[in-house]
Amino acid sequence: MNELILNDRIIQTDLSPGITLLDFVRYEQHLKGTKIGCREGDCGACTVLLGSLDTNGKVRYRSVTSCISPLGNAFGKHVVTIDGLTMPQLTPVQQALVDEGGSQCGFCTPGFAVSLTGYCLSCTRANHDTAVASVDGNICRCTGYKSIERSIDKIVEQIPEINHVENLVRDGFIPEYFTDIPEKLKDLKNVKTGKHTSSTVVGGGTDLYVQIPDDLAGAKVNLVSRKAVRPGIEINGKTCRLAANTTATEMLESEEFNRIFPELNQHLKLVSSTPIRNMGTLAGNLVNASPIGDLTIFFLALNATVILSGKKKKSLPLREFYLGYKTLAKAPGDLVEAVEFRIPKKHTHFNFEKVCKRTHLDIASVNSAMLIKVDENRIKKIHLSAGGIGPTPSYLEQTSKALRNQSLTAETIKNGAEILAQEISPISDVRGSEEYKRLLLRQLYFAHFLKLFPDHFTLTDLI
Amino acid sequence: MRSIDAPNHVTGQSLYLDDLPISERTLHAAVVDSPVARGKLTSVDLKAAKGAPGVIAILTAGDIPGQNQIGGIIADEPLFAESEVHFCGQPIAIVLAETEAEARHAVKLVELDIKPEQPVIDPREARARGELIIAPRTFALGDTSSAFDTCKYIFEGRADTGGQEHLYIETQGAYAVPMENGHLRISSSTQGPTAVQRTAAKVLGIPMHLIEVDVTRLGGGFGGKEDQATPWAVMAALAAQHLKRPVKLVLHRMDDMRMTGKRHPYSSDFKIGIDEDFRIVAFEAEYYQNAGAAADLSPAVLERTLFHATNSYYIPNFKGTAYCCRTNLPPNTAFRGFGGPQGMFVIEAAIAKAAIELGVPASKIQEANLLRDNDEFPFGQISRQTNGRRTWKLAEQRYDTAQLELEVESYNGENAASKKGFARMPICFGISFTKTQMNHARALVHIYQDGSVGVSTGAVEMGQGVNTKMVAVAAETLSIHPDRIKLETTNTTRVANTSPSAASATADLNGKALEKACLALKKRLHNEFKGIEIVNEIAYRNGRKTKLKWEEIIDTAFINRVCLSETAHYSTPAINFDPREEKGHPFAYHVFGTALISVTVDCIRGTYEFDYVKLVHDFGNSFCEQIDIGQIEGGLVQGLGWMTMEEVVYDELGQLRSNALSTYKIPDIYSAPKIVEIEPLGREGSKLAIKKSKAVGEPPLMYGLGGFFAIQNAIRAFNPNYDAKFKAPMTPERVLLSLYENR
Repeated sequence: MNELILNDRIIQTDLSPGITLLDFVRYEQHLKGTKIGCREGDCGACTVLLGSLDTNGKVRYRSVTSCISPLGNAFGKHVVTIDGLTMPQLTPVQQALVDEGGSQCGFCTPGFAVSLTGYCLSCTRANHDTAVASVDGNICRCTGYKSIERSIDKIVEQIPEINHVENLVRDGFIPEYFTDIPEKLKDLKNVKTGKHTSSTVVGGGTDLYVQIPDDLAGAKVNLVSRKAVRPGIEINGKTCRLAANTTATEMLESEEFNRIFPELNQHLKLVSSTPIRNMGTLAGNLVNASPIGDLTIFFLALNATVILSGKKKKSLPLREFYLGYKTLAKAPGDLVEAVEFRIPKKHTHFNFEKVCKRTHLDIASVNSAMLIKVDENRIKKIHLSAGGIGPTPSYLEQTSKALRNQSLTAETIKNGAEILAQEISPISDVRGSEEYKRLLLRQLYFAHFLKLFPDHFTLTDLI
Repeated sequence: MRSIDAPNHVTGQSLYLDDLPISERTLHAAVVDSPVARGKLTSVDLKAAKGAPGVIAILTAGDIPGQNQIGGIIADEPLFAESEVHFCGQPIAIVLAETEAEARHAVKLVELDIKPEQPVIDPREARARGELIIAPRTFALGDTSSAFDTCKYIFEGRADTGGQEHLYIETQGAYAVPMENGHLRISSSTQGPTAVQRTAAKVLGIPMHLIEVDVTRLGGGFGGKEDQATPWAVMAALAAQHLKRPVKLVLHRMDDMRMTGKRHPYSSDFKIGIDEDFRIVAFEAEYYQNAGAAADLSPAVLERTLFHATNSYYIPNFKGTAYCCRTNLPPNTAFRGFGGPQGMFVIEAAIAKAAIELGVPASKIQEANLLRDNDEFPFGQISRQTNGRRTWKLAEQRYDTAQLELEVESYNGENAASKKGFARMPICFGISFTKTQMNHARALVHIYQDGSVGVSTGAVEMGQGVNTKMVAVAAETLSIHPDRIKLETTNTTRVANTSPSAASATADLNGKALEKACLALKKRLHNEFKGIEIVNEIAYRNGRKTKLKWEEIIDTAFINRVCLSETAHYSTPAINFDPREEKGHPFAYHVFGTALISVTVDCIRGTYEFDYVKLVHDFGNSFCEQIDIGQIEGGLVQGLGWMTMEEVVYDELGQLRSNALSTYKIPDIYSAPKIVEIEPLGREGSKLAIKKSKAVGEPPLMYGLGGFFAIQNAIRAFNPNYDAKFKAPMTPERVLLSLYENR
């Protein structure tokens, strides 16, 4: 028997932890406010909040798309659905959506209302941009979003400056039962994660529940992201170590990580959406082995190392992890335990680029990252990676090599582009034609230099 | 008045199809469909599937007691394929099981033997092979061939627009419950309850009165549930009839995307002739419509392409021929604009092409040709209340177009790695079903003895706010508070023989009927109380307030045995169209507008962002302003999506590649233009519009066409060697390839 809190009730369940949280909420608990739109985390109609106790004994709420979230990942947590936010009076979030016409057919609306309530609970300093970002995983087909933006402006004005639970209860954003949740969470039966050596390993579920949801529903699942690893991001001298189940959100919120990557927010904003970043794990992105995995490309350019735990612990460079399409250099029982990389030093710059049909919440046509160290106008060190241009996420060995120890000039970069064109083998698919992917990678390669060295080059120097 | 439904939406309490409480013993259905686009279906082996856990039955064409036929305009589409398949996703059978998971599991166990044949995907190829669903249609005015001889400039070209997935967030679904005496009650997420009823009756072989269709609301429709909600409801009804158990059928997203039709892709050739004053003297076009494997609504969509072939312009010599081409795609169907946007894209492409060749801004040609009162459309209607030019002028004044164009120019002078593009997009859209016989509606109003009111019409609420508009009409006409009025579900036993909620005409038609019913009730009450007049729930006599209030009036009327119910019928006057001559007066009125659009293109990456869309729209007297503005913003962004990122991709085997939300992208909050400004024209609407508030559902989508041309202008600013092509959508791929073409 496992326990979780669903809105104001403690629920005990012996249902398979592999069913989706969405099916649990809608069909087992008959709470129909949470809607089914796509069942692949791409529309946000099923958004719920997951609250878990942090080290300070406070509950931290994050939005998740319940359609691709295993029920088991909610055990021991507080699940908040739209039904659990509804009181006799509309909340300021709900009222603003009504007043500004932010709801038309209404089917996506509960998702927006939940995401925005999550924002009210978790934002540090409310403003328009971050509030809009909180609904970057919510799709609306009716409104064209302008009325939702107007609603957001109204909401932001009303969020109390100190937005802890008591104040939010006072101002009608959330029902009163929220104040008892920390105590209740502490009392929940401690759930054993167990060891299922033969079962399917599931992290955040963000890819597996898109690929094989029916198989997972009844299967034994090994929910690895439930294992708390603290701290998730660790600095050991010159090295940074990320636990396998670190999410993109945790990277975004890590002070250390932001110090290492000053443009981190811009980079990771391009990676899926807020709820998916809240769920998906680093290791999941790596072992999924998608040729366009964003985090994979990011860490390839950091020349990161993968640490595997299996029968015996071993580590290997990430760039040697990919043997072929969806084929990994690891034994079936091996699990990724962590990822390590050397922290870039002075004169070292990093950039991540991604282009897709839609800038946000989309899969890349081509993505690329570059780490470069330039000293006295000479390229001392360079690691270039790209996705979408071959069967695996690629470390661009030859191009990187050709640029190393060259002077940083337009000529060098243009020569590098020639080698780049030789090194890749994109194919035409739904994300773009071969011709496009070739051109696009060249452009993203240029973009790295244009962005990192704006005083050295202009676009016209390179084309 | 604000949306009456929104408070329930924001609290998650609104009921959509999948939220309805289900009865005991409900079965769940899943659809077996063809994995092949074209071929001979030689066998369907159900053995393994029938033995799967939870499976109760599997129904195929052989189990249909009536006709295996769901075609609306033409009887050319079976509910279940029999010996041939014509598109990937064509239904072949349904599995009924105790749970949805069991039904879906069993679907995978059905073994189909299909001998594949080479499918036809391209409409031009279909036409070359003589695969036309109906004979070609031609609209003509003047004499193009002699007119071209007089033109100073003639330009020819080709224009293509892609499909568009409706992507209503609520997928298709239905729930059928057997009642007594063979009566079936169907809840359906449909824009056309009568279409569901009529088709179910035909397939089940029973009279229409045995089938009751009820619609609470839709989680989006956009035309995708006008005709194509029908098969799923009919399948559920068929199974309920067979098994005497309630049956629920809700499509999963990928099934929905694979099995249902979309906006029609078009490929067109144009020829435009222009004189030295930039007047369009002659315009000819041939439109190849990719109709998919069956007629569905394609012939009607085709017709509307021709009705809007000249957009907001007067072109004295016009000839447009349209071909309804049968291909092996799912039958394409209604989608906001209904063929109109596809036709308007072609004339706008022709103008853009001419402007590029002549080295002038397209606006010069656009402005010189805007319609005036008494101009004749190619289909014979004479333009009245012609507001296009007025919206154009007001947009120029209100937004200072000259300044906006200057800003774009100076930005482009200063920036090498990004460019701005600017475009103007005038629109003109005719309101009415072009099939005259469909322009009617009815309403049923009950005043209950406590003074509360129930209103039923044929209108289906799908986010367009028609419920709110109906309440506003009833409240104002009866002169009572809106809170007294409940808008009932749309139900075929209360309001029968309805036209679908479509063609932007739902509020006009149903609102006019409702207004009539309310007026009749009011008149009856006034007569009963000998000359009183009810104003804001209080009776006035000879202009003086009395003590008599609404509740007392109703109570007394009830005691006096006055009928407190009324049904009324409305049919649009003065419209007609003769398809033999291709002439007539098909539209009650036209809606006009002008949009100004600016985009910034990142010339390194080929991505883009819309800076603003500023528009002047011909609302008439909007009586639910917030709803109407919501329709404009929503339509605009949907139109921009169609022109930019929404790309329906079928491979050469007719398999849908953009088959999920991960591969088919619609606008998110960051894709909307940063600024949208909407200015009402401020002129009274047509008296054929409900409360003179003009229809607003479809027209704003066409502002989005301007997005294509704005991007194209930005590309031209970056790449002088770009050979302008008129192929939408303008995806980041097409943009990048165009930026670097011939360089």
